[in-house]
Amino acid sequence: MFEDVKKIIVETLGCTEDNVTLDANLFDDLGADSLDAVELSLSIEESTGISIDQDAMVNIKTVADIMNYLEEHK
Amino acid sequence: MTGIKILSTGSCVPSRVMTNDDLAQIVETSDEWIQKRTGMSERHYVGEGEDMTYLSEMAAREAIERSGIDKSDIGVIIVSTVSGEYYSPSTACLLQSRLGLVHDLVALDVSAGCSGFIFGLETIRALMLARNAKAGLIVGAEVLSKKLDMTDRTTCVLFGDGAAAAVVALDERPYFSEIGVDGDEEMINIKVSDGHIHMDGQGTYKFAVKTVPEVIEKVVEKAGLTYDDIDHYVLHQANLRIIESIAKKVNQPMEKFVVNIEKYGNTSAASVGLALDEAYKTNRIKEGDRTLLCAFGAGRTWGTVII
Repeated sequence: MFEDVKKIIVETLGCTEDNVTLDANLFDDLGADSLDAVELSLSIEESTGISIDQDAMVNIKTVADIMNYLEEHK
Repeated sequence: MTGIKILSTGSCVPSRVMTNDDLAQIVETSDEWIQKRTGMSERHYVGEGEDMTYLSEMAAREAIERSGIDKSDIGVIIVSTVSGEYYSPSTACLLQSRLGLVHDLVALDVSAGCSGFIFGLETIRALMLARNAKAGLIVGAEVLSKKLDMTDRTTCVLFGDGAAAAVVALDERPYFSEIGVDGDEEMINIKVSDGHIHMDGQGTYKFAVKTVPEVIEKVVEKAGLTYDDIDHYVLHQANLRIIESIAKKVNQPMEKFVVNIEKYGNTSAASVGLALDEAYKTNRIKEGDRTLLCAFGAGRTWGTVII
């Protein structure tokens, strides 16, 4: 799952693969802005079938936050 | 004759230019922030002596002149807008008089937010068929600068004023459209009580990049075409990032997408018409080309037409 999400993050944000660690902050470390976050949630939904609603998206800051959300909503 | 063709277009944008830097003097924002998130550099606001009816009239005059038709052939006037000077009469009625058109016509305004131009085309076609009208006048026009909450930096930088018009006629080619509504009052609205545009930016972005590729797929399929068969994509100019995302999802090069958002911002019901007018005038769209128009916005509404 992490590898899939990593691939989506790299594709959506255009960042380097090595920088996508669990601790990485999407905004501060990987250069995302609020619209990137929406794109990310849509791509993740398309790939995993798990929808991340807007309220939840507000609390997602790091790659680990995404993984935890997906784990909880499997 | 159940299709519709655009005989000519016209446009009018007000004289006052508002740059990103100008806005940065009013609210906490910056040229870089606005450009990165929206692709907008400037927009136009009405100045002294200009209002929505005036912009509509000027755009319509140009379209009628360029069409070469006898203006007494116009049997339907549709003005798509959410920002006319009056609740009543409609701007379409005012145009009948200002343009000196015949009395035997239907004139009405259409309120469909940013999908206004497409809803207008759907409406004018239906009315022209019903009334066997030789020609029709459609105008998309907004003065959104009067609807802005200049303390809300997330929305006030996005919108501008402008008008676009088209003279249309019924056509032998079949008509393909995909129009829809998913009734919503929160995503984007202008409340009568405060008169300001309110918008959930992220929600709107999500709605657009999810819904638009789906409706484009439907209309292209309906027409028995593929994405490659479409020569030009003229989308509502809400945000460059939305257009880029949609282009990626339908796997078409950005070169096929008409973009002029950097100059006008989001002009709601006028935006598709303004982009179309520019593409015709610069000869980017040529006779016989296949063009897909698509818009989305408050309501929630969406609409796409192949012309």
